[in-house]
Amino acid sequence: MTGMLVALPALMPLLAAGVSLLVSRIQHAQRLVSIGVLSVVVADAAVLLGVADARGAVVLRLGGYPPPAGITLVADRLSALMLLVSAVVTLVVLLYALGQRVSDYGRAATTSFHPVYLVLSAGVMLAYLTGDLFTLFVAFELMLTASYVLITRGVTADRVRAAMTYVITGLTSTLLLITLIALVYAATGTVNLADLGEKLAGVDPTTRGALSLLFLTVIGIKAAVVPLHFWLPDSYPTAPAPVTAVFAGLLTKVGVYALIRVQTAVFAHQQAWQVLLVAALVTMVIGALGAVAQDDVNRMLSFLLVSHIGYMLFGLGLFSTAGLTGAILYALHHITVQAGLFLVLGLVARHTGATSLRRMPGGVARQRPGLAVLFAVGAINLAGLPPLSGFLAKVTLLRGGAASGTEMGVVLAGAAVAVSFVTLYALARVWVIAFWGSGKEGSADAERSGQLSPVMTAACAVLVGAGVAMAALAGPLSAVADRAAHSVLDVTSYRSAVLGGDR
Amino acid sequence: MPINITLVVVLGVLYGAGFYLLMQRSLMRVLLGIVLVGHGANLFLQAAGGPAGSPAKAGTAIGAVSDPLPQAMALTAIVITFAVTVLLLALAYRASVLLDDDEVQDDVEDRRIREAPESEDEPASVISLREEQR
Repeated sequence: MTGMLVALPALMPLLAAGVSLLVSRIQHAQRLVSIGVLSVVVADAAVLLGVADARGAVVLRLGGYPPPAGITLVADRLSALMLLVSAVVTLVVLLYALGQRVSDYGRAATTSFHPVYLVLSAGVMLAYLTGDLFTLFVAFELMLTASYVLITRGVTADRVRAAMTYVITGLTSTLLLITLIALVYAATGTVNLADLGEKLAGVDPTTRGALSLLFLTVIGIKAAVVPLHFWLPDSYPTAPAPVTAVFAGLLTKVGVYALIRVQTAVFAHQQAWQVLLVAALVTMVIGALGAVAQDDVNRMLSFLLVSHIGYMLFGLGLFSTAGLTGAILYALHHITVQAGLFLVLGLVARHTGATSLRRMPGGVARQRPGLAVLFAVGAINLAGLPPLSGFLAKVTLLRGGAASGTEMGVVLAGAAVAVSFVTLYALARVWVIAFWGSGKEGSADAERSGQLSPVMTAACAVLVGAGVAMAALAGPLSAVADRAAHSVLDVTSYRSAVLGGDR
Repeated sequence: MPINITLVVVLGVLYGAGFYLLMQRSLMRVLLGIVLVGHGANLFLQAAGGPAGSPAKAGTAIGAVSDPLPQAMALTAIVITFAVTVLLLALAYRASVLLDDDEVQDDVEDRRIREAPESEDEPASVISLREEQR
């Protein structure tokens, strides 16, 4: 019975996408299907987290094939945690998007959004749950193909230009992933993650290192690790706010999750991995410096997104329980806060009619105090000031870096603090220019945008509030993250859960 | 495992030519590059399954037939690359309608920020770039 719970988060959105196409003439039915299905996924993820935390990994063998041959879906603490937070974010962003559609187009909106969005959710969920490399590839493809469609909907010349870069980069990483799977299969004769871990241990360390590095490159493109990040700030900001929010919140984090899962379960690094730590350092610094230079607020946030991927890589690169706990907490925190900030800035852009700081009329704080509070809380959270969830995640990471005892760990901990200040500076710039000031010039635009939809504001409030809630629940949350990190690093129990028997 | 030299050469040519085309400006060439690398990757999956075995019919020993798993994976990968290639073709068509050519463009905003760190106005080169794109 619990096995079925593992299949539902991937299966239901996919089936619902079909249903959604069938009822595409009836707006209400489409909305009901999307909201209903994603709510059930949230509930399912919560139950899964409870079960996985109490009883260990939940494993489903599709078609009843014994593990190395068939497809297995696995939900352990880490997947269930990511699943829960991602499901909540997809649901909230959907509500925001619906609010935006209702206030923009009334009832006569186009209908391709719902099915595509559901396929995207299915891909994200499947990526968290999959227990083999090839299904991971399929999950990435589900997710990316849906994202190609979402980013090119409502085409303008500018969007087509950005989408080209996005699609070509995505495809290149996909082809490299197929190549990696072929190489891995040639070396071991299996694609099951648990089985791979055992078989790769017998493979020449040079080959293993090369495969590990190729996997880092492939996922580095998807997760926007510097220097493979160039496509992200170019393409994300051109999409509508809810699409950007869900891309920024989820797609890169799915990459980070895949990196955590595969580098621990398959390549099983025993100590800190210098290559990854250097990549983390470069990603943090270059992303933050890029953000400071930007003029467009969405591009600024995209660069901050790149920069903060570095924090998660830092936690993973240490390959210690403390570091991994930090990385997991950071991923959970970052999914909510990044999506929330993109949504809030989407509302600011609707209110002022500008995304460029140079053309920003200012005075939003006086005209829309609620919006200003949402942005301020989100910005403080992203920069990692106490007492919000960003602070909790950063403290855990810094402790992991300090406890590692290596020079690189300490250097990275220092860089993480410095980059936090740069993040704060970049966000404070937006605050000063957009939220302070008189705002007289922009009053015409403000008139035009009219009232902000209460649904959209509420959606922003939920995501920003999630950061506060995570801080309020800091104790239990870090306890779960700690247990999740333990179980991720405890490769033998993962293997025996998936493959069965004692190992 | 014995190495099949013909396959290695074919794979090398497919990957080499494909990545060369990927580096080009024209979207059509990029697309052809992706098709070539895609073929290379799918062939690679096949090659990963080892040498060809006997035909799978009743009475053949299980070890004698070739490994079906990479073939199943290659089939899935072929379908996926095919679908995404079609999407890219549609995109190239859109681009040629909207932008009048199928060149992959630079990041305009990036260039603007690089060339105008302080001044309020856009530099002439960027304005001309924008106009070129229209």
